[in-house]
Amino acid sequence: MASDTERRNLPPLELHVPEPKFRPGDDADFSDIAIPTVGETRRPDIADDHRDMPDLSYGLVRVLDDDGKAAGPWDPKLDPETLRKMLRAMALTRAYDGRMFRAQRQGKTSFYMKCTGEEAVAVAATFALDRDDMTFPSYRQQGILIARDWSLVDMMNQVYSNKKDRLMGRQLPIMYSTKQGGFFSISGNLATQFPQAVGWAMASAAKGDTRIAATWTGEGSSAEGDFHSACIFASVYRAPVIMNVVNNQWAISSFSGFAGGDETTFAARAVGYGLAGLRVDGNDALAVYAATQWAAERARTNNGPTLIEHFTYRAEGHSTSDDPEQYRSANEAADWPLGDPIARLKKHLISIGEWDEERHAAMDEEVATQVKTAQKQAEKNGILGHGLHQPLETMFEQVFEEMPWHLKEQMQDMLDENDAANGVCKTR
Amino acid sequence: MSKGEENKGATTQRNMIQAINNAMDVCMERDDNVCVFGEDVGYYGGVFRATAGLQEKYGKTRSFDTPINECGIIGVAVGMAAYGMRPVAEIQFADYIYPGLDQLVSEAARLRYRSAGEFTSPLTIRTPFGGGIFGGQTHSQSPESIFTHVCGVKTVIPSTPYDAKGLLIAAIEDPDPVVFFEPKRIYNGPFDGHYDTPVLPWSKHPASEVPDGHYAIPLGKANVLREGSAVTMLCYGTMVHVTAAAVEELGIDAEVIDLRTLLPLDMETIEASVKKTGRCVIVHEATRTSGFGAELSALVQERCFYHLEAPIERVTGYDTPYPHSLEWAYFPGPVRLRLAIERVMEDVSGNV
Repeated sequence: MASDTERRNLPPLELHVPEPKFRPGDDADFSDIAIPTVGETRRPDIADDHRDMPDLSYGLVRVLDDDGKAAGPWDPKLDPETLRKMLRAMALTRAYDGRMFRAQRQGKTSFYMKCTGEEAVAVAATFALDRDDMTFPSYRQQGILIARDWSLVDMMNQVYSNKKDRLMGRQLPIMYSTKQGGFFSISGNLATQFPQAVGWAMASAAKGDTRIAATWTGEGSSAEGDFHSACIFASVYRAPVIMNVVNNQWAISSFSGFAGGDETTFAARAVGYGLAGLRVDGNDALAVYAATQWAAERARTNNGPTLIEHFTYRAEGHSTSDDPEQYRSANEAADWPLGDPIARLKKHLISIGEWDEERHAAMDEEVATQVKTAQKQAEKNGILGHGLHQPLETMFEQVFEEMPWHLKEQMQDMLDENDAANGVCKTR
Repeated sequence: MSKGEENKGATTQRNMIQAINNAMDVCMERDDNVCVFGEDVGYYGGVFRATAGLQEKYGKTRSFDTPINECGIIGVAVGMAAYGMRPVAEIQFADYIYPGLDQLVSEAARLRYRSAGEFTSPLTIRTPFGGGIFGGQTHSQSPESIFTHVCGVKTVIPSTPYDAKGLLIAAIEDPDPVVFFEPKRIYNGPFDGHYDTPVLPWSKHPASEVPDGHYAIPLGKANVLREGSAVTMLCYGTMVHVTAAAVEELGIDAEVIDLRTLLPLDMETIEASVKKTGRCVIVHEATRTSGFGAELSALVQERCFYHLEAPIERVTGYDTPYPHSLEWAYFPGPVRLRLAIERVMEDVSGNV
């Protein structure tokens, strides 16, 4: 053991606190991000042992090149009709986001979160899953519902917490839930859905079912203990699950370095846990589709779980509650080297002669109208803060299946209070 | 067996562990959605042997070991329950439950509410709790009031083999999440609080005659263990036996109520008793401040104030970590109970 005298000659220790390369006022330059070319990252057979593919956690699955050409072993070779459907679902997601964000700014609801720039991560993945596979999303995968043709009016009713909100106005806007849509109730406590997805997948496997589970979390939330709990359970029981880390570079104002992203890739965590790991160009819808399809096939054939890092960029703020100009460089989104997922798929469709500017403009108009029509319909059911849409009693319902006496008593107190206030609130 | 709960069929003499084991066995036999898991639960059958034989009987996919990861155990249970299974997860010691707390408090307990009934969490968390086994501060805690403070979860604590089986079956079959605390000090015999005398085995206790078949004790129903008119003693778990023994030793005509379920609470039985006796002593091993006794005391005061002849007394553990060597000085034993009963039996003028 070193003595105190010896210690005096040691250099002082230094605490490293990560810092993003660019802050407001800086001209962001992403030229040092290593981007493998299309085809450089190999595609192993779906039955290959995860031990033989650690390189995939450091590569980048890509299909579309800068000119919009699809190439390489990951090309899913989708028919043009499917490509157009995917493009439309992404465009609809973006239009929906734009409209709902404005609705929040107009005071029609309390909160909203866009997924701008990340549409492919949810939409293309959903296209590669089966309709009855179960999804455990985080708060930025509204694209799953849209890709599954879920009703926009139903989603908006939730955002407005209005009288047709199936969740009875109990949840923060965007925390959708639909069993029929195979979309698990979103939690505001981050990454909790990860072990739940693994548990669902374990149950499916234990029951000899054929359905698999897929879950998503941000790179920031992948620092949560729940993420690591999920990884170890998924690995130990070889659960039929796809675990997606959406690395959009920012967790509110904290850059990915605070989740460990400066030291290694997020996909590389798969190596330590003994999972198959893929790092994917998250702005390339075909790459996301191909990676998800590969992982889904692995899971469905008892070849185990896959951790997928989607390398993407959060083009807008975290939510309606923050201002990205306060913490990051203004040109980041525009200069993101992997472009925009909608623009890239559009370019590809045009390059294969299956799309053109006119049709694209027409589609944009069509989705805008669709969203506008849905909004009008949803607003007929009410908007947040303009009258109470749920009868007071619903506050106490479904805490338990059967209401215990203490809740009945508290409900009566509330009704008495309402009477004392001359019945301002709606009751049954 | 308490009044009004009759069972048909053969009985077998069982200690608490065997009764708990039998409850899971009965449920697994009846419903193949029931599965049990936790640290050392599968092949070995649990460090307290509560799941012994279940893997052999039902196979590895229904009774299995898990990583040492309570967040994962409870999180996976939530996912399994959402799938449609009825997971019974063991947290090896209640002291270890904290890493899994978020999954229980924010997820399992809230799922029905936040999804408006589309997704539910009919899971059971079994966990041994309480001290008196020289477990030190990390194997002795009684964290039950943390769970009663959370909306959406039920808290159940048995005190006999008969109750343990009936309550655990009710917990497993309940549509909502239940935390089932097992008082480990009385796994093998009803402890009377006299740590320096030999413990009687369950075989000497009538509640060890446990029916072999299926029966459920409704959650939210207390058991009046002993009827009396002088004072109401509210207790649960190990403290039921310590309290009953103290009452016999003092020769006082106390009404001893074993709460069995803290949430939902059987307030009707409590209220009727305190209105009859006019006095109330609350007994639990957990730390005092914000313990479940505080809630009980408030409820009794709110509902029985004009019937009370003396201030409500709380007999509890101290607000310190559970000490290893000073365990019996910490434990709310016969002397602490006697002093509290003596205080509560003084009338308002100060005369005993």
